[in-house]
Amino acid sequence: MAETITLEVARYRPEQEGEPTFERFDVPLNKDWVVLDALNYIKDKVDGTLSYRWSCRMGVCGSCGMMVNGEPKLTCATFLSHYAPGPIKVEPLRYFPVVRDLVVEITDFMAKLKSVNPWVVREDEKPVSEGEYLQTPAQLDQFKQFSMCINCLCCYAACPVVGLDQHFIGPAAIALAQRYNLDSRDQGKEERMDILSQHEGIWGCTFNGECSKACPKNVDPAGAIQQYKIKAVTEWFKSVLLPWGKKDGGSK
Amino acid sequence: MKATHVYTPYRPKWYRKRVSTWWWTQQWRSFKFILRELSSVAVGYCGAILLVLLWSLTQGPEAYATFQSWLKTPLFIVMSLIAFGFVLYHSITWFNLAPKAMPVRVGGKRLPEWMVAAPNYGAWIAISAVVVWFLLGGK
Repeated sequence: MAETITLEVARYRPEQEGEPTFERFDVPLNKDWVVLDALNYIKDKVDGTLSYRWSCRMGVCGSCGMMVNGEPKLTCATFLSHYAPGPIKVEPLRYFPVVRDLVVEITDFMAKLKSVNPWVVREDEKPVSEGEYLQTPAQLDQFKQFSMCINCLCCYAACPVVGLDQHFIGPAAIALAQRYNLDSRDQGKEERMDILSQHEGIWGCTFNGECSKACPKNVDPAGAIQQYKIKAVTEWFKSVLLPWGKKDGGSK
Repeated sequence: MKATHVYTPYRPKWYRKRVSTWWWTQQWRSFKFILRELSSVAVGYCGAILLVLLWSLTQGPEAYATFQSWLKTPLFIVMSLIAFGFVLYHSITWFNLAPKAMPVRVGGKRLPEWMVAAPNYGAWIAISAVVVWFLLGGK
């Protein structure tokens, strides 16, 4: 028989248990298998009731984020062989309410994300006949890193502030706000600054840096938040010191 | 932000795990992070000592001599050593994090992190050298 590895998978079936338990499954240790392949093997061959989210299997959709041996990981990019001889503990993303097994409830994140206006905001729209809003490669380069976010929420599961303060907007939402702030086509910086310069925005962040370490797409949310802090402070100083500064701008 | 965004008419029984008060003892890197946060207390302590020193200077040579004799007591020596350790840790971790907070772009390209951290360390060493030179009598 081929070599196997043991997965300890968190199970939570609210209709039959009050809190999660662990169930052990032995799966083939194939060299090219990732944790998600092992979960699919369990669902197909062993226990069809195992619940988890996944879609693309190639690190694009951001659905399969889970805790693997206590670390937030995209399970489609986490190889079983890396953890051999095992066992491998698979749990739902930390700090989120668990709906069932490995599925977490993310409505709160969706609301937080929406609150930072993560889209190009225009004050003045030019007619379609005038063509696109052009951008140079250098302008694209300004925000490209932050645009790589796939909302997998690994950064939320890595951030202790998210666990301690449920109102904290969180790393991905702030990084995405910064992605649009740095976009040369955008005109919504001030609106976002009003939302993000509150305590539960950038100032909730203690620069733990775990979000950037956990990010599978190298977005560096911690960097985005610190850059935003510097921006908020300079805006505030400008509004106080300069006679022509915007008096209601900056930190509130 | 208010958590009033509810679109699910039926809410299943979710499982929520409360974060332990001792979460920072479970991983070495979390412990190091809390040490860094705690180091701010030591930085505050050093600031307070400096303020008291300046205040005693304004009160004349006698008050300054009394203050100096306090600093030579074992309690203050131990406190100073602890504060020194923490401030050192605070500085090093801060310099290592500086490149993340301040990305420097030259010719459209972001400079490597070490090139942002290095001038910080350089300035730190240079200023420390001047302080040491001054403490040794400026010769």
